[in-house]
Amino acid sequence: MEGAWVALALTLKVAGCATALNLLLGVGIGYAMARWRFPGRDLLDALFTLPMVMPPTVLGYYLLVVLGTQGPIGHWLLQQFGIRLIFTWQGAVIAATVVAFPLVFKAARAAFEGVEPQLEDAARTLGIDEAAVFFRVSLPLAWRGILAGLLLAFARALGEFGATLMVAGSIPGKTQTLSIAVYEAVQAGQDAAANFLVAVTSIVCVAVLLAAGRLVPGRVPQRA
Amino acid sequence: MSWDIALTKTLRHGDARFELDVRFASAARRLVLFGPSGAGKTQTLRLIAGILRPDGGRVAIGGRVLYDDERAIDLSPQSRALGFVFQDYALFPHLSVRQNIAFARRRGWLNPAVAQADAAVERWIDTFHLHAVAGHYPHQLSGGQRQRTALARALVHEPAALLLDEPFAALDNPLRRQLRGELRELQALLRIPTLLITHDDDDVEALGDEVVQMKAGRVVGADAPLEAVRS
Repeated sequence: MEGAWVALALTLKVAGCATALNLLLGVGIGYAMARWRFPGRDLLDALFTLPMVMPPTVLGYYLLVVLGTQGPIGHWLLQQFGIRLIFTWQGAVIAATVVAFPLVFKAARAAFEGVEPQLEDAARTLGIDEAAVFFRVSLPLAWRGILAGLLLAFARALGEFGATLMVAGSIPGKTQTLSIAVYEAVQAGQDAAANFLVAVTSIVCVAVLLAAGRLVPGRVPQRA
Repeated sequence: MSWDIALTKTLRHGDARFELDVRFASAARRLVLFGPSGAGKTQTLRLIAGILRPDGGRVAIGGRVLYDDERAIDLSPQSRALGFVFQDYALFPHLSVRQNIAFARRRGWLNPAVAQADAAVERWIDTFHLHAVAGHYPHQLSGGQRQRTALARALVHEPAALLLDEPFAALDNPLRRQLRGELRELQALLRIPTLLITHDDDDVEALGDEVVQMKAGRVVGADAPLEAVRS
């Protein structure tokens, strides 16, 4: 049973880090795609959405190719900093981040597109600089939609299996998350361990959903 | 010269093209931009405010050059110091009336607090009789209160000139008359240059010393107000 708590702690750590990364990436890229017009925007949008439709194992394979010690980024990281990402919990974070990214990106983009550009213009004529316009007008008005996307992304990262297994493997206490531990327990015929892990996972998921309901604040009217 | 405007802009919307070529100069403090809807009045105001980028031309208000393509001058909307009252007021829906009015008083990345004490903000709340609704949010306001809040928000910024885009369009008739009177008093009190867009003859008479008429993206005549309306 001890192993279940270790796996739970690791799963929350990985999902939490992945969600924090997606907050920065998803909000930044979502805002850029909502407000800027440039050639190749539709193609870029499709590429950013790809992780949502591609099988996680395929994504995991791509990540292995790129981040492995023979891959372009993995090789550079090893040479420059001596960092290896494959079979580490940080590797699991990257896998979960990539898989959950479209959920934040799509939600943020739609939320920013729902903010009337005229409100941002009004702030500009009042002498407020561009960064402050973002933090005082665009972000507060888009926040509800972004938060909904973040919670979905957290839930998705909690349950991540395929890409994580490819990139980080299944090392108990190091990279073995809850969903992978369940699979390993069933494969090994350890029914009691599997039952316990499944119960823990279910309770965590219900808790996340309840927290989501409390976190999302009351409706902010979009139009004056 | 209060107003020295020459602006060109090609606007595209799908396959449709709209050529805007607006030129007028006037020494009048209270100027009215008059014309049918679709004449390009709002876009002209947005070009002057700098929230729409012109293709070329020149904007000078009260001798201050805000835009001049030949001299490569293009002040950001932030540094033009113009008060802009939008047609549907564009109040910030997530901020109370007091926070909306105080918006320009605070720099930085945070909005003004719900309960802040700022003498300038309170003075404008007084002037526009907004005390009872100062803690309310824009969706809780009547049309007249919204208009007053938008005016107060623009004036707190102490603009060098005021641009008003059909400020009475969203109001019904008795209220329109009342607020027109209030704006007229304000113009007399503040002596601030105002450029007001309208397609209503009564606005022209009450609020303009001179009128610039627009049609299909061009200026078709500049006159004293009464003659313009009667011709």
